[in-house]
Amino acid sequence: MPASHQPESSRSHRLDSKGAVFDNRSGGDRCYRIRCAGITKVYPGVVANDQVSLAIQPGEIHALLGENGAGKSTLMKILYGVTQPDSGSIWFDGQQHTLKSPAHARRLGIGMVFQHFSLFETLTVVENIALSFYGKAMDKRAAGQLKDLARRIEEISSHYGMPIDPHRHVHSLSTGERQRVEIIRCLVQDISLLILDEPTSVLTPQEVSSLFVTLKKLAAEGCSLLFISHKLQEVKALCDSATVLRHGKIAGTCDPKTTSTEDMASMMVGSQTTLGQRYSFSTSKNEDKRLAVTGLTEAAMGEFGAPLHDIHFSVKPGEILGIAGVAGNGQRELIQLLSGERLATSPDFITLDNQAIGQLTPGKRRRLGMAVVPEERLGRGAVPDMSLSENGLLTGFLQNLVSGGFLRQRRIHGFANNVISRFRVKAHGNSADAKSLSGGNLQKFIIGREILQDPKLLICASPTWGVDVGAANLIHQSLIALRDKGTAIVVLSEDLDELFQISDRIGALCHGKLSPVKPVRETSINEVGQWMAGVFDHPEKSASAPMAMEPDRQAKEYTP
Amino acid sequence: MDMDLITNILFAMVRTGTPLLLVALGELVCEKSGVLNLGQEGMMLMGAVIGFIAALTTGSLIFGVIMSLLVGMAMAMLFGLLAIQLRANQVATGLALTIFGAGLSAYVGTDYIGQALAGFQPMLIPLLSDIPILGKALFSQDILVYCSLGIALAIWLFFRFSRPGLMVKAIGESPYSATAVGLPVIMTRWLALLFGGAMAGLGGAYLSLAYTPLWAEGMTAGRGWIALALVVFASWKVERVLLGAWLFGLASIMHLVLQGMGASISSNLLATLPYLATIVVLVLLSSNQSRSRLLAPMSLGKPYHPAG
Repeated sequence: MPASHQPESSRSHRLDSKGAVFDNRSGGDRCYRIRCAGITKVYPGVVANDQVSLAIQPGEIHALLGENGAGKSTLMKILYGVTQPDSGSIWFDGQQHTLKSPAHARRLGIGMVFQHFSLFETLTVVENIALSFYGKAMDKRAAGQLKDLARRIEEISSHYGMPIDPHRHVHSLSTGERQRVEIIRCLVQDISLLILDEPTSVLTPQEVSSLFVTLKKLAAEGCSLLFISHKLQEVKALCDSATVLRHGKIAGTCDPKTTSTEDMASMMVGSQTTLGQRYSFSTSKNEDKRLAVTGLTEAAMGEFGAPLHDIHFSVKPGEILGIAGVAGNGQRELIQLLSGERLATSPDFITLDNQAIGQLTPGKRRRLGMAVVPEERLGRGAVPDMSLSENGLLTGFLQNLVSGGFLRQRRIHGFANNVISRFRVKAHGNSADAKSLSGGNLQKFIIGREILQDPKLLICASPTWGVDVGAANLIHQSLIALRDKGTAIVVLSEDLDELFQISDRIGALCHGKLSPVKPVRETSINEVGQWMAGVFDHPEKSASAPMAMEPDRQAKEYTP
Repeated sequence: MDMDLITNILFAMVRTGTPLLLVALGELVCEKSGVLNLGQEGMMLMGAVIGFIAALTTGSLIFGVIMSLLVGMAMAMLFGLLAIQLRANQVATGLALTIFGAGLSAYVGTDYIGQALAGFQPMLIPLLSDIPILGKALFSQDILVYCSLGIALAIWLFFRFSRPGLMVKAIGESPYSATAVGLPVIMTRWLALLFGGAMAGLGGAYLSLAYTPLWAEGMTAGRGWIALALVVFASWKVERVLLGAWLFGLASIMHLVLQGMGASISSNLLATLPYLATIVVLVLLSSNQSRSRLLAPMSLGKPYHPAG
């Protein structure tokens, strides 16, 4: 049923280039895999989507861009049937549909990879995937036939370069591996539209490029893709067209191949922003060792973590040390050992201003001036069901928020308000629950909470994971400003671009070993990329390093 | 100890453990789906009294059993209306259900106290019941005992191999993820809850129609609570529930046996033995903390609010 929007369809010049392939489908709305028009969704206090329309052809990779809170997630939930719009219509393969539920969307052939994974932790990979088969035709194939399904998962995972053991339990998987499961879960089914919510945010550059090969292959087979990413370079590299949302409205559409990233970014945020710019290098002459890690050797966490092996590094006041690496190579272990969530086997492994802190609890380390931004926002970084004020108190207790065991409510609210305004956190005031914030806004709050405490040492994991360009710039600037005030900062991130923008020195973790640490000016993305893949000589252990672990295992692991 | 005594002890162990096993299995399925129903004791009592009355008035034990299943489900429905549909606090609702069931069963059953009934008789299974020691314990029982074993096996297979079993586990872990995947959360929880209710009713009926075929006020004597604890300490595993239920049975018998042997321990102290022994053994079994945490249904007892 061609509506008044029909004439707009001719705007796309790509229709001609791809038209040849999909000629048999052309005619009226049929040339669109999915089309929506006039989608409006109002939540209390916000218009999440305001008259949004979108159209994707078969085999097209379409980008949806926008800042946090621009309404991308709402639109995707509507297209996947999780929520229903207040008004507006959706056509799928030329038929108008009211998407009642995700099951309904999947029966039509719509798959979705969520940003917050919807996996069941106590089940195995293959069980998780089996659960998403819901519908008569698929039931027969999947029900009870876990063995067959496992074989298919292995096929798909090796075919698309996403190795995963189908029989592992999800709780033992790293973030990156969980995402693979999410993607494979969609690929196992016969889908004709795949929606991906920031799929690259946890992948290494190598993984991203292999994912792109996968996605392009899917598109070439006729599958349509709706791709959400904050990384404009990726949108440029992958997508055929882009729709930009701002404050719930369409801010524009463009061809990412011909539009510059600056133009796309300004469409997103409504003003010119700096992108990928290198921040100033540290000018600190202070040669003290604020944080020193010496010979840190620890067992892996859980069955599938990476054991840390003879890690040496130090950070000076007024310096940012970047540690690159793919998730699951010892980052979790390192962060937990540095923060004190897990105690080191020897106090001397970690020193803060020459004081051995390896066996101090997190609270004691905080009293010595350490602050931590953990990897998981909800659960470790913040308590989901507590208000922002209370979450501020959780680590800000040293900021005079407590007196003689009593809470100083006014100061607690003041501290939270300060974080909210200084870091432009979008929330319904300091009484909003942490879980009500979008991922990016919560990240801004957590980082702001730690930075405003003026720590001597800041350990920061994935500072801009899932955060949009505007917020990422703000976070980076705040980290640089904190560094210039003399704080030593360790940033662990999978985002190499980010590390090259803000770090003064850089190293990489691979299989629990740390590469050489070099000044950023003296190395290149390629070299660090190789370190991430494990191509480096393990630095000779220093004679002074305390030996803790079994010598035979060290010897074994030394062989390159 | 001679062979006869051991044989009889095992026989009584299975009988005593059966009502516990039935109730605990029902609650296990219910909890796996994320619904914590503390009303087991109330549902059991209602099952016991209604089953007894039905069997006595019609003379059909089977009819009594069917009525106890139905009344258990009706009680569970009451719970579901409040806790699933209206999202009331599950703990409070469950406690209320227990109190309600205890009161109502006492009221309904006043006229039937002291009346006697020929309960379920043992059904010998040919050949198998001749096996020394185990033959009597496992193959010379009444039909409800065989049912309890069959149901235990069925539930084990259900969670181990079937897709609906997987769905129940997933919904108990994260109803929101389950919705995202497209699983029917509310409906699955209702079915699990009703199953739990039916099993509690059956457990009650076992007491009043087979174990001691009569009705006495409060005759479950806390077995509903023990069943609840059993599920937790058994880490939501069917085989451990079976083990725990029989262990409880064994300890209950041992207290009688020890008394009979003239042990010079206070009988009141001995009476605590079943409770103590069951809990100690199961605590030891579930002492591996990191593992047992993963076994518990993560959303147990949390109301589910579908997204608007």
